[in-house]
Amino acid sequence: MVLNWFPLVEVFHKEITMLPLVIVLLASMIKDAIEDYRKYQYDKTINFTKTRVYDKEEHAYVEKCWKDVRVGDFVQLQCNEIVPADILLLYSSDQNGICHLETANLDGETNLKQRRVVTGFSSQDTVFEPEFFQNTIICEMPNNDLNKFKGDMEQPDHEQVGLNIENLLLRGCTIRNTEAAAGIVIYAGHETKAMLNNSGPRYKRSRIEQRMNRDIFLCVGLLFVMCLVGAVGHGIWTGKFWEHPPYDVPDWNGNFVAPVLAGFYMFLTMIILLQILIPISLYVSIELVKLGQVFLIHNDIDLYDEEADLPIQCRALTITEDLGQIQYIFSDKTGTLTENKMVFRRCTVDGLEFSHQENDRRLKTQKALDLDREDFTKLQHFTLPPMNLGRAATVKPSTMRPLRRCQSDRARTQGHTRSRSVGRRDSSQSQVAFSSPIEKDVTPDSRLLRQVREAALQTESFSPFIHMKTSTSFTDFFLALAICNSVLVSTATAPRQRVTIPPPIKPSGITLEKIHQIFQRLKLASLSQSFSSSQSSSQLGASFSAKNTEEPLAVLESCDNENDSSASSGGQELQDKGSTEIGTASLDEVFRSATNTSLPTDFCYEAESPDEAALVYAAQAYGFILVSRTPEQVTVQLPQGTLLTFDILYTLGFDSVRRRMSVVVRHPLTKEIVVYTKGADSIIMDLLDNSTKGNISSDKRLKRIKERTQKHLDYYAHDGLRTLCIAKKVLNEDDFQKWANFRREAEAAIENRDELLIETAQHLETKLTLLGATGIEDRLQDGVPDTIVSLREAGIKVWVLTGDKQETAVNIAYSCKLLNQRDTVFTINTENKETCESLLNLTLEEVKKNYEYDKPQRKLFGIIPTSFSAPEAPSPEFGLVIDGRTLDVIFQGGLEEKFLALARRCRSVLCCRSTPLQKSMVVKLVRRQLKAMTLSIGDGANDVSMIQAANVGIGISGQEGMQAVMASDFAISRFKHLKKLLLVHGHWCYARLAKMVIYFFYKNVCYVNLLFWYQFFCGFSGSTMIDYWQMIFFNLFFTSVPPLLFGALDRDVSAETLLRLPELYKNGQNSEIYNLSTFIITMLDAFYQSLVCFFVPYLMYKDSDIDVFSFGNPINTISLLTILLHQALEMKTWTVLQLVVMICSVAFYLIFSIIYNAACLLCSPPTNPYWIMERQLKDPIFYLLCLITPVIALLPRFFIFALRGTLGASLVLKAQQIEKLPKEQQDLEIQKLRSRKEATSGAPVASPASNDDLDQSSSHLCVSPFLPSAAALPPRDTENQGVSASNPLGRRTHDEGCYFFNRWAEEESAATDSSAGPSSGHQPLVASRETAPGQDGGKLTKDYLKNFHYGSHRRSVSSVTL
Amino acid sequence: MAVNYSAKEEADGHPSGGVGVPGGGAVGGGGGAGAVKTRKPDNTAFKQQRLPAWQPILTAGTVLPAFFIIGLIFIPIGIGIFVTSNNIREYEIDYTGTEPSSPCNKCLNVSWDSTPPCTCTINFTLEHSFESNVFMYYGLSNFYQNHRRYVKSRDDSQLNGDNSSLLNPSKECEPYRTNEDKPIAPCGAIANSMFNDTLELYRIDNDTRTPITLIKKGIAWWTDKNVKFRNPTGDGNNLTALFQGTTKPVNWPKPVYMLDSEPDNNGFINEDFIVWMRTAALPTFRKLYRLIERKNSFQPTLQAGKYSLDIAYNYPVHSFDGRKRMILSTISWMGGKNPFLGIAYITVGSICFFLGVVLLFIHHKYGNRNTSADIPN
Repeated sequence: MVLNWFPLVEVFHKEITMLPLVIVLLASMIKDAIEDYRKYQYDKTINFTKTRVYDKEEHAYVEKCWKDVRVGDFVQLQCNEIVPADILLLYSSDQNGICHLETANLDGETNLKQRRVVTGFSSQDTVFEPEFFQNTIICEMPNNDLNKFKGDMEQPDHEQVGLNIENLLLRGCTIRNTEAAAGIVIYAGHETKAMLNNSGPRYKRSRIEQRMNRDIFLCVGLLFVMCLVGAVGHGIWTGKFWEHPPYDVPDWNGNFVAPVLAGFYMFLTMIILLQILIPISLYVSIELVKLGQVFLIHNDIDLYDEEADLPIQCRALTITEDLGQIQYIFSDKTGTLTENKMVFRRCTVDGLEFSHQENDRRLKTQKALDLDREDFTKLQHFTLPPMNLGRAATVKPSTMRPLRRCQSDRARTQGHTRSRSVGRRDSSQSQVAFSSPIEKDVTPDSRLLRQVREAALQTESFSPFIHMKTSTSFTDFFLALAICNSVLVSTATAPRQRVTIPPPIKPSGITLEKIHQIFQRLKLASLSQSFSSSQSSSQLGASFSAKNTEEPLAVLESCDNENDSSASSGGQELQDKGSTEIGTASLDEVFRSATNTSLPTDFCYEAESPDEAALVYAAQAYGFILVSRTPEQVTVQLPQGTLLTFDILYTLGFDSVRRRMSVVVRHPLTKEIVVYTKGADSIIMDLLDNSTKGNISSDKRLKRIKERTQKHLDYYAHDGLRTLCIAKKVLNEDDFQKWANFRREAEAAIENRDELLIETAQHLETKLTLLGATGIEDRLQDGVPDTIVSLREAGIKVWVLTGDKQETAVNIAYSCKLLNQRDTVFTINTENKETCESLLNLTLEEVKKNYEYDKPQRKLFGIIPTSFSAPEAPSPEFGLVIDGRTLDVIFQGGLEEKFLALARRCRSVLCCRSTPLQKSMVVKLVRRQLKAMTLSIGDGANDVSMIQAANVGIGISGQEGMQAVMASDFAISRFKHLKKLLLVHGHWCYARLAKMVIYFFYKNVCYVNLLFWYQFFCGFSGSTMIDYWQMIFFNLFFTSVPPLLFGALDRDVSAETLLRLPELYKNGQNSEIYNLSTFIITMLDAFYQSLVCFFVPYLMYKDSDIDVFSFGNPINTISLLTILLHQALEMKTWTVLQLVVMICSVAFYLIFSIIYNAACLLCSPPTNPYWIMERQLKDPIFYLLCLITPVIALLPRFFIFALRGTLGASLVLKAQQIEKLPKEQQDLEIQKLRSRKEATSGAPVASPASNDDLDQSSSHLCVSPFLPSAAALPPRDTENQGVSASNPLGRRTHDEGCYFFNRWAEEESAATDSSAGPSSGHQPLVASRETAPGQDGGKLTKDYLKNFHYGSHRRSVSSVTL
Repeated sequence: MAVNYSAKEEADGHPSGGVGVPGGGAVGGGGGAGAVKTRKPDNTAFKQQRLPAWQPILTAGTVLPAFFIIGLIFIPIGIGIFVTSNNIREYEIDYTGTEPSSPCNKCLNVSWDSTPPCTCTINFTLEHSFESNVFMYYGLSNFYQNHRRYVKSRDDSQLNGDNSSLLNPSKECEPYRTNEDKPIAPCGAIANSMFNDTLELYRIDNDTRTPITLIKKGIAWWTDKNVKFRNPTGDGNNLTALFQGTTKPVNWPKPVYMLDSEPDNNGFINEDFIVWMRTAALPTFRKLYRLIERKNSFQPTLQAGKYSLDIAYNYPVHSFDGRKRMILSTISWMGGKNPFLGIAYITVGSICFFLGVVLLFIHHKYGNRNTSADIPN
């Protein structure tokens, strides 16, 4: 382009050459401008949002725009306001100095977070006065970590106060439940954590684009060669003359350039001339096409989640076609494969298992009800029957179906605010996932309920006098469930308001009169509506603090709720009475009345993790109702209606390192300091008190309980339940004080505070007493098995990377058909490099043996591998289960290649207990080493790294916040949507784009070559026979729209067929449409076509009086027709749109040419094609040429297409043909095709029908093959971290005092020990094989026999244990 | 604060669709629309990609008719064209004079403006009579009128009679723009190298040379003669005066206003000049020189017999290995004689027909397989 500005090499007018680039740039500019304008508008609204900033001059808060907020400003915020910057909280209207924050804008979590006023300021009763603020704040540099903030504040008296994230209000969050808050701006504008986290949409390069860039380099090479030919040709041509001929025009001062120099100039000239070969417009076209594709994907109704009112979100606009080339899918388990809706299923307390059969039954009916309800809502969509249900019913052991409970009327009156959000996650409120009835209602196990009630009764009645000893662990168990969590309580009627029923009702203090007073005031307040935040000085008034007043106001609006609250007060009174008049005979009555007068029933629990909510609901079902929670206190209602308020001394939050959480509370009755711990079973089991103190009988009992619990846990895990252990510990005052000091130090520390905190936590959480364990079910999402089967048929390998336990993961894998019962499953768990290596080798050999064996078998079938059966597809009958530790060993020990060699031969790999980092490492490993297209799908923050590491990241906008979605390229709401997204849209996008790209190359090469051929007839002088304008318009207008439309809309196979024949996906996986060979073939075809388009007119006009443009005009027209007809051949779908565009393109060309040739007498000097089109249109030769040339040019392609259509074995073609058939026949054909596929692939995957039969017949086998391996799990490294294995064998040995050391020899012996169950001998590779006829029909029996003979693994599970 | 919000926007838009968050709308961007608004995509045929479509599949069976139809159409057309082309009479004489025996050999090394012009006479015999109007061409070979710099070396607006361009020609004309500080009219290399041989045709009838009337008008395109090329305008019709202040192209023996005696064929609108200015597309070309009209319907335009061609040999082509020819040709609806198109049509038609047969065979042998989708072997 720049070259064209030098007169020596100038080909076109400077302006004209600029045109294509200008238009290309213009198009992208317009696109960007629109986007930017929208952003600008959006920014403007943000920037001009008002907030109240303190003004020194006016000594008051004045309204200012967000953009004017500066660091150091004092900002006052009201309830429901959005925080304009990162603000250090200095004042809150809450008397506890707490400000509630909703962080949905940041992380999508809708539960309220608590932020505290900086220590030292919290005590202030008065409104914060910025005037007196004289402290210095030192804080860290702005960073993007939303969960960390470090700093300290030096007060005027040089006292330092540590600051942490608890004190920071983050920009973008919303203030809730707090009337007013004030603070100082720490970070503003771009430095806020929210902004730093906002990296904007990511731009990824898709594989096609990468390949395209490579091909563009090929084109550049081609261009270079062509230019070189031109230059050399021109040099020779010029050198030929001994005297300059009249047509060799000297330059402007009459000099002639030397041939060599002329050749050089010509080289540059040719570059300009042939530059169209490089399809610059392709980039813009691809952008546009992808926009179109994204639009279509976005609008697919099948990818729309009715429940969440969410269509698919395409966040990355550039990688749509990568969806069609996925080879590996890495999936998270929880929330991705499963619902992440936790349902309390079973529990074991004190070594006794409660199976909760009623609950089971209820869950089953629930599913049916869900369906009913769906229909119901479709009919009448105003409100839904409520799902948050009465407590009364659950307290009474009722077999009534929980859904149709008494409160449906009430829910109606509540209108939209609540009822719609319940159970449907369509409103923001309902983002709190745990609102579906499934999780909320737990039908208690009657046996357990009886036990609990007895226990509770016992405890309650005697507790004031008798020591804790009598309280059974049942009470403790449920108390732990109710207390040991971070659940926030709110009522259904005012979802966003936290309930704070006056908690500090201690047995001592309050009299009835006082309560009376409170209620008097309350009523007054509700009438006058003016009960503001004036702080009551009385201790009691404090409990009805500002935020409480809102609550009753809201509550009183509905009379139901008033009843509720009064009922609760009644309960309180009774409780009060009960607790003050202890020991009266009427105790029983009191209890009864308490249970009958139900408390405010519809408590809503907002938990950070769904497990917690499930547990709280479970506790609720047994009458242990979590009534309120403040940072200091937690109130629980006992089954009898007694409200117990525990002082929370410390909360040791959950973290992934410790995998547990603990609460230290002071028991209100016994005054004991109790630590309740809840955590992963493997961890808790190790922390249990093993010391043999006290009497032997209780010790033995404890051991028995532990063993039993462990057994139950294993059983739960095997059932696919998530297990949690609950334990407690009683501290004596001294120990606690010692620890508390330690803790305080840690909290105050600035340097490595986190490590210290963890250390202190670990210090506390020892010598626990096991209370029990729970099993929570994480239900599989709809359509997951089906989707996985389809994806696998599509040749995609699905790996599951989960942090979950191995057993749980494996079971989920079986239940979602990731692993087949016939598969051989290798389990590798080790921590030693050598072991790991030898294991990998052994397994690899085993796998290879089978693989080798498969090959001749395939030949026996006599099937020539066709294009659609991947040549090196491993026989997909192995599964690999590996855990996080082993992964660590693999990564650190450089065993990646071996691992991959093994893993790629397995049809699925399960990585259990892996950390987010490991997940992303696995993804990167596969992506880099195997050069495979990878897709990660996950829903939680722990999947973010994995999502980002993969070529395509998919976030599930589900339960665990928006982090995964924010990191993803596409966000879907259900896993099953992946099927259509990949199989249909992926296939389409790939096919469309690949074809379009290749067509663009073809188009450019074909057209440019016309000019090139002409150089042979014009002395390589760089002249063109086509007018510049027509030439430029050719690419820009005449032939640009059809390919765009083609790229956006063409579909080779219909969606239905694509879904029914997942094998079609392999088309994209193997890059069958756009690879080097198709590129070269297309290039050759382009050369051929351009030759035809040039030489047919050439031969026609040779030695005639044709002039330059009259010669070029038919060539231009012919090539236009050829190129468009070529497009038409490629096009598989003709709709009205395509037809119109095609016709319009030709018509536009003709009209433009006619007008241009008629009107342009003197334009574009020095030459122009005046009146040429008009003359040619009168010339029959022109028409004859236009008729014959495209025919010659396209004949080969047409013929080959026809041959392929008849002879070729391409599956896509087959599918297309099948689509033509009538409906019934289609099904038949697809069946045939599939069965044939299976036969070809050599893997006897049974046809669907027989598969089902087999599954049914072998359902009892599903479990058994796995059991040995589960039992034979390795004991882990026990010494260093004090962590031990989670399997019964290991447990047993552990208990007997046999410790395993982390050494090879010991491990080996351990291996033999532990593998002694399922098999014998020192073989580390234990394959317990069960063979069963896994073949469909008799035609395969011979083969089957052979398989059998070879000891095949058709139906076997082997586990490698060490 | 022009920040990229789009990622956040999308994320925000997600939770704020409902009712419970009154403040959410501000950040969420119109999220306060309420629960009525659903994000459900429209279930339209276009958006769901279910537009009624025609999906052709190319198989032997379906394309068979196309091949036969192409064959059946093309072969007759080809035959028609071929016959037409064969009926065209064409006669061609090379008078370059490279061979020593040629009468024009003596003129081989003429220069542009040799005076007096070198003349030579070539005798020839027409075997067949030319029945209809005869077009007389001169043909040049190895003359690259399509050379990039050559093609551009002209000023169309000067040729269109623009007075300012007449005196100040376009820079494209360099170095044939001015000569001795006078603008050249017509400027540029094309005009400068204008073909200036004079050809005269005589019929030799019993040793008497009868000159044949050569019509020199009507050889250029009508649009060129009447629209594109115009003499400069001014007072009166005196071309000499109108071209005042310009000079002749270097190679020309006489200025442009003396190209012809007739005023409507002189100056820029001289048809020989116009024809020359329409640069040929290929290095071997012919240009229409004269017309020979058929006098009456009883006599062919050119009878078979002896003719002689008198050439005023001015145009040097030897230096660049050029050839000069004189061509006599009758003309049909499809122009001059060229058998190529006819042959091409016949060939393509035959090939299509042949391929059609092949496909028919294939269709019969393999075609049924597809409909039943049997497993091969």
